[in-house]
Amino acid sequence: MELKVSNLGCRRGELRVLSGVCFTAASGTALILRGPNGSGKTTLLRTLAGLAPPDEGVVEVPPDSIAYAGHSDGIKAQLTVAENLQFWADVFGHDNIEDALDMFGLGPLADRQAQHLSAGQKRRLGLSRLLVTGRPIWLLDEPTVSLDTDSVAIFGRMVGGHLERGGIAILATHIDLGLDAAETLDISRFRATGDDHANPFLDEGFADWGDS
Amino acid sequence: MIALMKRDLQLALRSGGGFGLSLAFFLIVVMFVPFGVGPESGVLARIAPGILWIGALLSCLLSLDRIFQLDYEDGSLDLLTTAPLPMEGIVAMKALAHWLTTGLPLTLAAPVLGFLLSLPSEGYLWIFLSLAVGTPALSFLGTFGAAITVGLKRGGLLLSLLVLPLYIPTLIFGAQSVTLVVEGQTNTSAFLILAAISLFTFALIPFAAARALRVNLR
Repeated sequence: MELKVSNLGCRRGELRVLSGVCFTAASGTALILRGPNGSGKTTLLRTLAGLAPPDEGVVEVPPDSIAYAGHSDGIKAQLTVAENLQFWADVFGHDNIEDALDMFGLGPLADRQAQHLSAGQKRRLGLSRLLVTGRPIWLLDEPTVSLDTDSVAIFGRMVGGHLERGGIAILATHIDLGLDAAETLDISRFRATGDDHANPFLDEGFADWGDS
Repeated sequence: MIALMKRDLQLALRSGGGFGLSLAFFLIVVMFVPFGVGPESGVLARIAPGILWIGALLSCLLSLDRIFQLDYEDGSLDLLTTAPLPMEGIVAMKALAHWLTTGLPLTLAAPVLGFLLSLPSEGYLWIFLSLAVGTPALSFLGTFGAAITVGLKRGGLLLSLLVLPLYIPTLIFGAQSVTLVVEGQTNTSAFLILAAISLFTFALIPFAAARALRVNLR
């Protein structure tokens, strides 16, 4: 299994952010996306996750293999920790949430309403959701935000274990997670150049004119 | 998808979920009408079906922007999109959950409120039936509006403007199917058209709303 991206162009709204992105991530490897703020890390991850259609190029990925974790954790404040996790487990067709709870030490908090969690605890709950998806490719956008050092270490081990089981992880992060099989990709070199504010209507309307 | 339905119902019933808001609004609107137009039972009886329907429609409108907006804000909608559920199924479940938490309570409360408006006795059965058949269409049409306006900050006004014109046929045939019975005429055609509108929205809205959601999530 591998994730193959060739000549990918991404758009955020009307703005072209990236173009010509090429990389391959094989089973058991992690790819760390680097780049200054606003360089398109989130846009790239959203495009890979299928939330935004690619502007050009293709993403070759086995169907139903991607688990995406963005800036927000998708936690419902009125539900308890266990109910939140159980919901995602049901959606992805898993029945065991105990392992996922134990991974980040959320067991004692299982019956607490999510609105009473701290920011770091919410993030831990959001990350433990990845374990109940059972998906092989993890797309993680700034996963370590608001985690303490211990939790970051646990998270590093969690991703490491995922890679050992043959998974793939693509992370946008600035923190060293101590992953052995990690490659770094600096995406600032894929920055789209030229007509930043291309108007799709006019582009399509005048597409034929160039030839005649 | 059952899990999604279960979660939505759970959220609606927990504190701050908004369940009961629509019902309370409906009760208040309908109870204010006798104060406004006076207590003559003849006048009230004539306008009762229309008032009940307009009240149900407005209360339904009240909770529409919650359908997708909360899920959008906390990121669940992104995560649901990447989950192994078809977007059309997500939309249908959301609409159904909205109906169970607003349309169904309104339908059950309407005959009781009909008594307050001195609705003639032959109208009770039909106000119940017409709302039972018609309010699902309100939820589905509203889900479409909510899918179009998701992601807009304070899109409530736009949502109302988009959805209210779509509600007009449901309102006309829903209220007609009660009024005709009260006036001693047959209401078969009005009621069948109402049912047809509902079936039409069930068939079409999930696809249209799913498309709108995908565009909005980009």
